[in-house]
Amino acid sequence: MEFLIDLFDNFWVSLAGKLLLVATMIPLIGMVIGFAEMKLSAKMQARVGPYFAGGRWGWAQLIADGVKFFQKEDIVPDAADKPVFKSAPILVLVGTVALFVVIPFGPGLIFRDLSVGIFYALAISSLSTIGILMAGWSSANKYSLIGGLRAAGQLIAYELPLVLAVVGSVIMAGTMSMSGIVEAQINAGFPYVIVQFVGFAIFMVAALAELTRIPFDMPIAESELVMGYLTEYSGFRFLFFFLAEFANMFSMSAIAATLFLGGYWLPGIPEDLLSFVGPFILIGKVFLLAFLMIWFRWTFPRFREDQLQGIAWKWLIPLALANIAVTAILKVVL
Amino acid sequence: MTFSDWIAEPVNWVFAAIGLAVLFSGFRVVTSKNVVHAALYLVGALAGTAGLFLLMSAEFVAWVLVLVYIGAVIVLFLFGIMITRAPTGLDESLSSDQTAMPALLSAAVFVVMTWASIDAFGTELLATVGEATSTQVIGESLLGRFVIPFEVVSFVLLAALIGGITIARRDLTPVEEEERMSV
Repeated sequence: MEFLIDLFDNFWVSLAGKLLLVATMIPLIGMVIGFAEMKLSAKMQARVGPYFAGGRWGWAQLIADGVKFFQKEDIVPDAADKPVFKSAPILVLVGTVALFVVIPFGPGLIFRDLSVGIFYALAISSLSTIGILMAGWSSANKYSLIGGLRAAGQLIAYELPLVLAVVGSVIMAGTMSMSGIVEAQINAGFPYVIVQFVGFAIFMVAALAELTRIPFDMPIAESELVMGYLTEYSGFRFLFFFLAEFANMFSMSAIAATLFLGGYWLPGIPEDLLSFVGPFILIGKVFLLAFLMIWFRWTFPRFREDQLQGIAWKWLIPLALANIAVTAILKVVL
Repeated sequence: MTFSDWIAEPVNWVFAAIGLAVLFSGFRVVTSKNVVHAALYLVGALAGTAGLFLLMSAEFVAWVLVLVYIGAVIVLFLFGIMITRAPTGLDESLSSDQTAMPALLSAAVFVVMTWASIDAFGTELLATVGEATSTQVIGESLLGRFVIPFEVVSFVLLAALIGGITIARRDLTPVEEEERMSV
């Protein structure tokens, strides 16, 4: 035991341990959410969904898919810009993986508790935008290019409400550290969603748009653009995008849960138990939000491009600014 | 401080590595024969600069750089390039013969800035490694001691924004106005 503690006190050993944890966690989470999406979509459309793989409920469907993607040929179009084409999926995955650094899974259970935590998360997730643009352009395909352009316009427009929506919680907690925000909610005795419901709603809408999920999936609208910026990707590079999408769904939901739903804390749970049940509470909340996103997918039709821009610039951003002003005034007055 | 003292500090190795990477990407931004590649090298240069800020314990400034420059400005650059004309492959017309004057100008800017910073700070140690400047301090000094420059900068930005919209926006002629109304 003593030996183990000494071993993990070594910076490089603990870094390797954390890396290993993330490297196994992300595909696992991607698979769980991906499978949930398949099964729930099937349920909502009165289908059966995956059935045969693995014997029961088709639970091994995504493992089979993953193996299949790895076996496939890595096709790079002849006219493509090869270095850019090949590095784009990596950049998208990096932007996603880096988000896991600041998500607190329990008291002290965080890879690195940065003092600018939430700000770091918003900044690093913008790396994925560059990756998407690179993918769209380097494919040398008009569908890809249009998809990339749509993605860029959409991600810029919705990054602003996303950033502004979290400011309300930051003002209330008085810190940008993710675990600091959870502790502030524990001390206040209520999750911030009660008073910051506007912020929470704006954050969820903007997060849906950032994830390019229905009703904001114009960049990969299959009936118009084949698969948008993903059109030319195959094999494990496509798998990277696929994993990044579901891992991003997890990390966005985890950020929303941390900022607005109390993170790893639930009212009524004694604080000394949080180290053990904390991760499960957080993951439960994440799955609740992920379920909400999957539910939206089969509820709303796709927006038009001008409607999408209108919602962001004319409604969400002014609303988020008003929310900040009201929160700041109340913080000073109360 | 001698060079052997300087190189003995592991932090300086990191500084040298990032600095060389920034220099290389900066050089490739201007010499690259493909506009999109140039913009992507700019991403590398800016990311390296953010890394240098992290080395100087300026965590907040580093992430502002990533969020604003990489996340918004470069994305807009790429967006603008792609929406107009951006073929894959090399474009020989992008290189220019006039390299002497720009090189001279850049060298002059480098000399002036180096001279100014050495003159102002000398060998004074401005930040301690591993001790992040808290965001609270930055916020308080922005809205305290530096409130007037801060407001002036935001006023200039607002003016630029309005100017940009005015230049880009074209009022419709009466005929076009009528056509639009009829649709």
